[in-house]
Amino acid sequence: MAQTPSIAEEKTSSAVSSSKSITLRIARFNPQKDSDTSFMEFKVPVEKWTTVLEAILDVKKHFDHSVAVRYSCRQATCGSCGMVINGKPRLACFTKISELNSDTVTVEPMHNFPIIRDLAVRFDRLFNSHHKVKPYLIRDDTDVSSDTKEILQSPEELEQFIQFSNCIKCGLCNSACPTMATDSSFVGPQALAQAYRYVADSRDKGKDNRLKIIDESHGIWRCHFAGSCSQVCPKGVDPAMGIQLLRGYMLGFRS
Amino acid sequence: MLRLPWYTEWLLCLVNKMRESHIMKIHYGTALAAIGLVAVHILMRLTQGFAESLEYESVIENYKFLPYAGLLEIILILLSIHGFNGLRVILLELKQGRIYEKAVSYGCVAAMIGLIAYGSRTIIMVNTGMI
Ligand code: SF4
Ligand code: FES
Repeated sequence: MAQTPSIAEEKTSSAVSSSKSITLRIARFNPQKDSDTSFMEFKVPVEKWTTVLEAILDVKKHFDHSVAVRYSCRQATCGSCGMVINGKPRLACFTKISELNSDTVTVEPMHNFPIIRDLAVRFDRLFNSHHKVKPYLIRDDTDVSSDTKEILQSPEELEQFIQFSNCIKCGLCNSACPTMATDSSFVGPQALAQAYRYVADSRDKGKDNRLKIIDESHGIWRCHFAGSCSQVCPKGVDPAMGIQLLRGYMLGFRS
Repeated sequence: MLRLPWYTEWLLCLVNKMRESHIMKIHYGTALAAIGLVAVHILMRLTQGFAESLEYESVIENYKFLPYAGLLEIILILLSIHGFNGLRVILLELKQGRIYEKAVSYGCVAAMIGLIAYGSRTIIMVNTGMI
């Protein structure tokens, strides 16, 4: 009987002829066993199009299946594969090894997140802060009835916030933020950008409520405008700009 | 038990109730005002001879000239508010915790009041003839 190939089998870059190989250094840390992070090195064949995530999956398949990494969509949509690649927070599935211009690629877990194991980190703080700013439209008339009409918006009104709705909650901005590194209660650039996204939405009526939530001692005012969040955002959200625009509301320059 | 003067308690209560945006508006406002007044202060020093400005007699003379003493007093208040709020922000970012944060906020307000009182004391002593 003919054998059907297993659907779990993955095609990785090692399956095709490879012109080059690089050294992939993977941070290994298990908080239950280890006291410190160590690095394991693997020689991985790469092509021009090989992404860092593919290289890690190659290592998992051929060398060490115990490397912990979180991923899902492989197309910069789910926000699962954030990690520090050669010192900068990036999405592993969205970073081609060829664009790093280095024969050694070091991958570490995102900074400012507690490590579960190796490259996988906990997202509790990010999601809690995200929920805290009420990331949904607040209106009195949200009940959908038979005569409900669309809530129309002009292109100009949409322009005000559309860029900020591209956030995939990958946490790279929080990982790059210097305030997040020292202030364990800081709400963070991701949540602040989302607060702006809803405050600037002409359909939303929860502006005062949301501004009150972020107007506390570990809220919006702890941002020092380092701008690193916007530099690392893979979706062009620009959280630093969102934070400054939100401040405009609080200082009375915007209404 | 240590009892704070009534105005200190009133101030602490006010600080406790203030929203962070109000505090930061004061922070930015005091910085801008201080820049303007310090510029006036430096200009006045230049007109009166910079080198002797810290000599004992010249300091006493300046304190006796009330408009200038008033300017110095306002600069002292502005810089104390701005400086101690800046210190509070730095300390809040350094470490977190309910008791620690309360201690930092109250400590900074108390230190600010202390510095303003100490600076004002010199002006008052000169003008009441105690020096
Ligand atoms: S703002 Fe950008 S970097 Fe931050 S979580 Fe959203 S997509 Fe990721
Ligand atoms: S795997 Fe989904 S964003 Fe990278």
